[in-house]
Amino acid sequence: MSRKGYVLFDRNTRALIYGYQTNAIQRMLDFDYICKREVPSISAVINPNRAGIHKAFWGTKEILLPMYKTTAAAAKAHPEADVMVNFASHRSAFETTMEALEVPTIGTVAVIAEGVPERQSRVMAATARKLEKMILGPATVGGMAAGAFRIGNTAGTIDNIIASRLYRPGCVGFVSKSGGMLNEAFNIISRNSSGIYEGVAIGGDRYPGSTMLDHILRYERNPEIKMIACLGELGGEDEYRIIAALKEGKIKKPLVAWVTGTCSPVLPASVQFGHAGAKADTKKETAQAKNDAFREAGAYVPCTFDDYGKVIAQVYGILKAKGEVQDVVEPEVPRLPLDYSKALATGAIRRPTTFICTITDDRGEELLYAGKRLSDVLDQRMGIGGVIGLLWFKKELPDYAAQFIELVLQIVADHGPAVSGAHNAIVASCAGKDLISSLCSGLLTIGPRFGGAIDDAAREFKSARESGLSPEQFVNEMKKKGINIPGIGHKIKSVKNPDKRVQLLIGYAKRNFPSTELLNYAIQVEQLTTAKKGNLILNVDGCIGILFLDLMSSCGAFTKEEIDEVVRLGYLNGLFALGRSIGLIGHILDQKRLGARLYRHPAEDIAYMMPSSDEIQCKRS
Amino acid sequence: MERFVNKKSIRAAKVVLDMAQRGIREYDAKRMLARYLPEYLNDFSYKGEVALVGPETDLEALAAANPWLKTGRLVVKPDQLFGKRGKHGLVLLDASWEGVKKYLKENMGAEVVVGGTSGRLTHFLIERFIPHKEEFYVAISSDRDGDNIFFSTEGGVGVEESWDRVVQIHVDILEGIKSPDIRSQLPAALGEKKLDQIERFLRALYRFYAETGFTYIEINPFTFQDGAIVPLDMVAKLDDAEEYWQRKRWQGIEFPEPFGRRLSREELFIKDLDSKTGASLKLTILNPNGRVWTMVAGGGASVIFADTICDLGNASEMANYGEYSGDPNTEETYHYTRTILDLMTRERHPRGKVLLIGGAIANFTDVANTFKGVVMALKEYQEKLKASGVKIYVRRGGPNYEVGLKLMRDLGEMLGVPIEVYGPETHMTRIVPLALGGASS
Repeated sequence: MSRKGYVLFDRNTRALIYGYQTNAIQRMLDFDYICKREVPSISAVINPNRAGIHKAFWGTKEILLPMYKTTAAAAKAHPEADVMVNFASHRSAFETTMEALEVPTIGTVAVIAEGVPERQSRVMAATARKLEKMILGPATVGGMAAGAFRIGNTAGTIDNIIASRLYRPGCVGFVSKSGGMLNEAFNIISRNSSGIYEGVAIGGDRYPGSTMLDHILRYERNPEIKMIACLGELGGEDEYRIIAALKEGKIKKPLVAWVTGTCSPVLPASVQFGHAGAKADTKKETAQAKNDAFREAGAYVPCTFDDYGKVIAQVYGILKAKGEVQDVVEPEVPRLPLDYSKALATGAIRRPTTFICTITDDRGEELLYAGKRLSDVLDQRMGIGGVIGLLWFKKELPDYAAQFIELVLQIVADHGPAVSGAHNAIVASCAGKDLISSLCSGLLTIGPRFGGAIDDAAREFKSARESGLSPEQFVNEMKKKGINIPGIGHKIKSVKNPDKRVQLLIGYAKRNFPSTELLNYAIQVEQLTTAKKGNLILNVDGCIGILFLDLMSSCGAFTKEEIDEVVRLGYLNGLFALGRSIGLIGHILDQKRLGARLYRHPAEDIAYMMPSSDEIQCKRS
Repeated sequence: MERFVNKKSIRAAKVVLDMAQRGIREYDAKRMLARYLPEYLNDFSYKGEVALVGPETDLEALAAANPWLKTGRLVVKPDQLFGKRGKHGLVLLDASWEGVKKYLKENMGAEVVVGGTSGRLTHFLIERFIPHKEEFYVAISSDRDGDNIFFSTEGGVGVEESWDRVVQIHVDILEGIKSPDIRSQLPAALGEKKLDQIERFLRALYRFYAETGFTYIEINPFTFQDGAIVPLDMVAKLDDAEEYWQRKRWQGIEFPEPFGRRLSREELFIKDLDSKTGASLKLTILNPNGRVWTMVAGGGASVIFADTICDLGNASEMANYGEYSGDPNTEETYHYTRTILDLMTRERHPRGKVLLIGGAIANFTDVANTFKGVVMALKEYQEKLKASGVKIYVRRGGPNYEVGLKLMRDLGEMLGVPIEVYGPETHMTRIVPLALGGASS
């Protein structure tokens, strides 16, 4: 390392980030950007779940950060990174930190996790001391070198970083236990001096990886730092190590100190302050005793925290009068582009949307179907028919209409294994395809010849009736055009062998619909066609399509334009696809349960008829 | 209350609830010792015959589950994380089951004062009475560099007086128990057999301590019965951060509340609210008639606000201590604020009351958002706030603070309640002297 030992972070420091903390990563890069660093402070990300790349912003541009699964791999590829910011949870903070300490190129580890057991913390700290490495934390936000390097989320938003002038170095070295007071301390120091040079929080635990004294001694050796400020807590002996160093003359730079917790004698004994380390066991460990000892050892100690800023200003004033410090000429700070989501939230920008959705809203506390809360849908027992009403038609259908939809779904749910949809699904399932692929294979057969006649039937019958054709005229016209009337005719069923499904549908409609005009028309048509051939009956597709039109025009919920749209957009084939999916899934699962093997069609069932050699010859003329 | 191993740091009775280090009942400590120490010391034969009696315990069912209760002589004593029980006359020795029942009848629910803290007796430990002459002392505690084993052949109540004869063995955190030479440090007068037994016991106890998540163990005294080690009195603390690793050994152990403090209805309400959320909501009422009330965001800042009130000579007027942090939702901040407003508007104060809504510069929490719940509660208490002559001082910074502060400023005008509002340009605790009078902004 070319860097001096007392410098943990400078403008060239590169770090490995353990844990896929995308916000923290972006915040570090944003800080780099406003400090005008030449290279990003992050070399790579360690994400135990995934190797690859992470895309992040560098100003307005985007950059790619390599991502590795292990610390070893990341460190091997990035020997220039000597800091690891460890975002591992309290469960894995120990293993990951110990592993990082063993990596020769890593010199500093910041451990962010709270709740690391004391024994683990002590082992980490002792190991770091043995290897002459530095640990910040556990239980800290980290720290930063102003204008140079930021650990994770230290100092909060960019607005705050700019307000506290952390984009360039000042002359004050700061250390505290509490990470929660770091922003405030940076603010106080920037208002009362030339600002922070470096500030770290060692973490509020009983056994932090490094002590406040460790950092104060670094600040003492760093010629760029002219004064030191620290914020201690009641409990523990850490402050007395600083006091001893002061007395021994190891700290010569002015030190502004304050120990919080002076209120503790007033509080009942059992009140626990925020930090595990903050607990005064002896009189010596009280905040008062420590503040007095600091004062006696020659530190600058305010009477209350309220004067902390004043004392810093006073010390800074003395240094300035001596000519040891100068006010900083503020550099120009590059403007950080506003994040899209933030700008949108504040109403500063707008952008046309790409998609529109008018049926479901999943953004709020509860899912909405066509504006209706899911819990209301369930409370009112709207059923599948009601949900289809909301999501397909955006209407609360009357009960009999919703029940008609359910009747249709039940009727079309399956029609045996031999029909093309089920057959295809079965063959795909036997070929070892998964449920979804097999289902799609079956659904793909739905069309003009299989199950897809509902819309066509509805369309033809509707247009015939609306253009005033008598049933005879309609039949003749279709015959002239050479088109089979959609919805008429069945392979097996006939007048003598009626389709029970059609009878059930008609029975329901007659009982419940206010009117069945189009059905009546269709039955007149059927009388004409069956007179010609017994199997030219109104089939189930035709019956569903026609009854749906009757339902829509008689229930009062649909305008004429809406009915036209339903027919035009092909809503009604959706009923068949939805209903038949039930049966298809059943067939697929059935085959899987049975352990059915690959299906191969028997050769004897195929007429092989090859073209002759003459037929395939291209004739040269 | 437990005896601290460093004689100099023996302090007045003071039970401190510590976030990471938490006291456990002697009952649980002894059961864990009996169950797990044999894994490190195969001739440890202590069976852990202990029974715990709480306010709801059915004594006959207890006796049925622990037949030894009716057959031998017994000891009964409170088991509520405080020591010096003998000195306070709370230990009954060499008693029959009938005697124990009589003792329990007299003492269950009794109000006692221990080391200046008064509280109610609710839990008792019953165990076998062990007649003995020898009393040994052993304790293990932790420091930054390792752990310390303390041992003395002069255990019992007098150990503190003869502290200079306590042997201290340091165990390095990285080296472990294998390296220190224990034998040569023990008094040779014990004789070969006991020396061997005690050395093995200390090594095993250390491993039990280190591998079961303890941060403090004290057995004072332990003795020998028929050549086997028996613990008589035991104090222990666990590091609650170890819970994830110790689930199996701890088996959902209970961490009792420190002796004495009884929570008020409002404190219990906030404690309950706190237990149901990922956020942190804390409230301690110090003086319900006090003039100065605080509602401070963040653990670090809340201590400093309380400090400043005290340092400016107003400790006696400080009504509460507490904090809210970790991004509580609107409903939670509403309930928290409401609880404080309700408390502070019950009685009038001749000089009028002040509420300090304080906080440092937040990291990423939207300040305007966190004020929503506060505003709801203040609106609700408009009339009472006016009637009690409450003055409110606000100081906060962080994301969106301008909007948050304007919200509070406008609210003051709307409610007709004086609200002074400051941002990060004003020193964090400046509102304390402003509110207490005698300072100018």
